[in-house]
Amino acid sequence: MNNLIALICGLVFGFGLTIAQMVNPNKVLNFLDLFGYWDASLAVVMGGGVITYIIGYQLFITKMKKPLLAEIFNLPTNAVIDKKLIIGSTIFGIGWGIAGICPGPAIANITAANEKILVFILLMVVGMLLAQKIKKR
Amino acid sequence: MTEFTPYSALIGGILIGLAALSLMLLTGKIAGISGIFSQLISQLPIKLSWHVYFILGLIIGPVFASPLGFTLPQTIDLSWTAIIIGGFLVGFGSRYGSGCTSGHGICGIGRFSKRSIAATVTFMTSAIVTVFIIRHVIGA
Repeated sequence: MNNLIALICGLVFGFGLTIAQMVNPNKVLNFLDLFGYWDASLAVVMGGGVITYIIGYQLFITKMKKPLLAEIFNLPTNAVIDKKLIIGSTIFGIGWGIAGICPGPAIANITAANEKILVFILLMVVGMLLAQKIKKR
Repeated sequence: MTEFTPYSALIGGILIGLAALSLMLLTGKIAGISGIFSQLISQLPIKLSWHVYFILGLIIGPVFASPLGFTLPQTIDLSWTAIIIGGFLVGFGSRYGSGCTSGHGICGIGRFSKRSIAATVTFMTSAIVTVFIIRHVIGA
């Protein structure tokens, strides 16, 4: 059952990314380009997403002891703003600013079978595995 | 140049929020794509866990948007250098910083996590600075 839910949530997520056109690197880069021809669309996407999540989270989830179909809410226990968080986020932002592609849109673009997207994903995998190795030390 | 498209942006954003919220409400999981995807690639042979199903959904979701006129880009105007460096940094940074636009930006901020707010402010700032340097300082 939870696998089916994960499938449907992933599907709606990918559908939403496409409707929002966050799958288009040009649109993402034009959003990040505050000092050029700024395209504010992605501010609306992120705002719409985060406000929806805030409302649902504060209205329902904070009042629930456990999820409807599982035993526990899997939430991070680390509350410290540490060096890894800031260094990692800075590096992620630089990559996002260079390509205009973040992990969700990269994966959502797979069915277009564009060779540049596929190479991007391959390098993303390499980066992820390396970060995991370094982090464990 | 791309056009400002507030209505489709809002609908898309709400759908993304609803998908992430439903995953938490029903299964108690954070819809952080970099986290889910790296779970999937670091367990070989790949087990058929919920991570695989979520990623599968994420891949086929866009197919349902194309009858409505919203398609995936057919050409990517980025240089190979940008693809290779960008891909590596996005992968490395999202994992080293424990999240990306979805996990920190939507789910984390959505539950008022201080770490996620700090992460989102950090990556938004570094992305904006990077685009500024590339487009307006180097002039590429």
